[in-house]
Amino acid sequence: MYRRLPSNLPSPAVTLSVDGVAVSVRAGESVAAALLLAGHSHGRTTPVTGAPRGPYCMMGVCFDCLVAIDRIGNRQACMIEAREAMRVERQTGTRQIADTGQIDSGQIDSGQIADTGQINGTRSP
Amino acid sequence: MDLAIVGAGPAGMAAALEAHGRGLSVAVIDEQPRPGGQIYRRPETRDVTLERALGPEYAHGMALTERFLAAGLDYRPATALWDLSAERKLSLSSGERASELDAAQVILATGAMERPVPVPGWTLPGVMSVGAAQIMLKTAGAVPRSPAVLAGSGPLLYLLASQLVEAGASVRAIVETAPASNRLAAAAHLPAALRQHKLLAKGLAMLRGLKRAGVARIEGARGLRIEGTERCQALVFQAGGFSQRFDTELVLLHEGVIPNAHVSMALGCAHDWDEAQLCWRPRLGPWGETTVEGVAVAGDGGGINGAEAAEHLGTLAALGAAHRLGKLDAGARDKAAARLRAALARLDGARRFIDLLYRPAMGQRVPADDAAIVCRCEEVTAGEIRRAARLGALGLTQAKAYTRCGMGPCQGRMCAPTVAAIIAAARGVDESAVAPYRPRAPYKPVTLGALASLRDPAFAVESAAEHLYRRDVKDEV
Repeated sequence: MYRRLPSNLPSPAVTLSVDGVAVSVRAGESVAAALLLAGHSHGRTTPVTGAPRGPYCMMGVCFDCLVAIDRIGNRQACMIEAREAMRVERQTGTRQIADTGQIDSGQIDSGQIADTGQINGTRSP
Repeated sequence: MDLAIVGAGPAGMAAALEAHGRGLSVAVIDEQPRPGGQIYRRPETRDVTLERALGPEYAHGMALTERFLAAGLDYRPATALWDLSAERKLSLSSGERASELDAAQVILATGAMERPVPVPGWTLPGVMSVGAAQIMLKTAGAVPRSPAVLAGSGPLLYLLASQLVEAGASVRAIVETAPASNRLAAAAHLPAALRQHKLLAKGLAMLRGLKRAGVARIEGARGLRIEGTERCQALVFQAGGFSQRFDTELVLLHEGVIPNAHVSMALGCAHDWDEAQLCWRPRLGPWGETTVEGVAVAGDGGGINGAEAAEHLGTLAALGAAHRLGKLDAGARDKAAARLRAALARLDGARRFIDLLYRPAMGQRVPADDAAIVCRCEEVTAGEIRRAARLGALGLTQAKAYTRCGMGPCQGRMCAPTVAAIIAAARGVDESAVAPYRPRAPYKPVTLGALASLRDPAFAVESAAEHLYRRDVKDEV
């Protein structure tokens, strides 16, 4: 969908993997930019209908660029810089909680928080 | 810490430089890895050729980011604010680490976000916002592989198209959705806007440049729809009395920008409906003070005024904070502010003109098609919201309970304006009568691991509960 403009600058490259395939990008690019430049128009499918989704806003608002990065799901690909040896996996439906046996594998997402607010009787301001 | 500033865009950077210069201890929190906000985003290594294509305002922004970086401030990039208490305790996360910061004063400089454009098919891969494509250009030196179609309303359409052309990419067409009646409404503000003649001249030069480059402009487009099954294949619309179609793999949508008021809303600051800009904005005092003590808002997060105004507003907010902290007497504060207020008054005339000229068409804000997705996260359609309104949902919180709209990871950021507009239309009331969502912490996803890093890991869950329930308890008091 996108191509890089030719640049005269020395561009230090980093190599990350997307679904196990090596992708080389310029240092400092976001994971979302890396996915788009590698020709991936979508980075996840939705939990509700399984529809494919790709980055929409590129600035952390829409959450449609969610992917798993280094085994943690629901990461905003547009907000995270590509790093050497980073493991990016396109996400199918809801995030999967990796069975690492450690407490840091669980993630609170805002969907759950919205539920909490509801149960406790969210009121209009 | 005397002052915590959230956001390192023009307002945040200007506030930080002013406060630092006045002897305040300042911390600047920003989610991006590099300063500049969205408007002055940049790649890791600056690229002079690219910067030339981005224009003189961008060059000004680069100079500001260099000054900011050289000032020796406590600048915390790649750090998210995920909770802010009324006692001004900031809960932050960076990677897998969480931390807390207590500040005597807080300035929220969270900037703007693009208004959602809920046309049928806008969730397909290959449909992005105009701002998103501009971020691809600024941060990755990337342009659309094949000519994109830009659609909607607002100066950003022409700016991005010009920047793409300047960078050597071609643009297929600009499909304009602003109603013709906007011109008449805007004309009344032309004399005031002419005081900013440089801005208008720049706009006209952009339009001439696009014409030279052979970029088609289609005026008065209505009924926009993206076609495609797994991804975007075409933009279809009505214009000039007949149906038109552009086959393209990339459609870029834009209907102006609105304040990113997520944090000020969550904090419970009073907000007012702005009928000119069709958005909620925090109620602010002369120094950007919100109705919550010690918390100010500066820049586009307080109402859309643009990057130049944002710098002035950031400086004003810093002067106000310095005074409240007893580091600056009222006379010196007001003297420093006079020049800024005069500059803001000049910019205001042009802003009113732009607001009216590019005011979004109702059809772009409220999809006529019941099947159009409104809440992208939970895939709730316009028809479902209308049904909820008929069943008695008076506001967003009820619509959320009926349909799950706003309950996904974006926390309603992408659907709130649309859901409110649909309910207002269905109830036959002003949008000001439809209460917005009350966002809650964590504003951004945070891992239990990060929470555990705050205190004893064994208390991670209790720590989470503390943040989640605190506000509710207080609501009941």
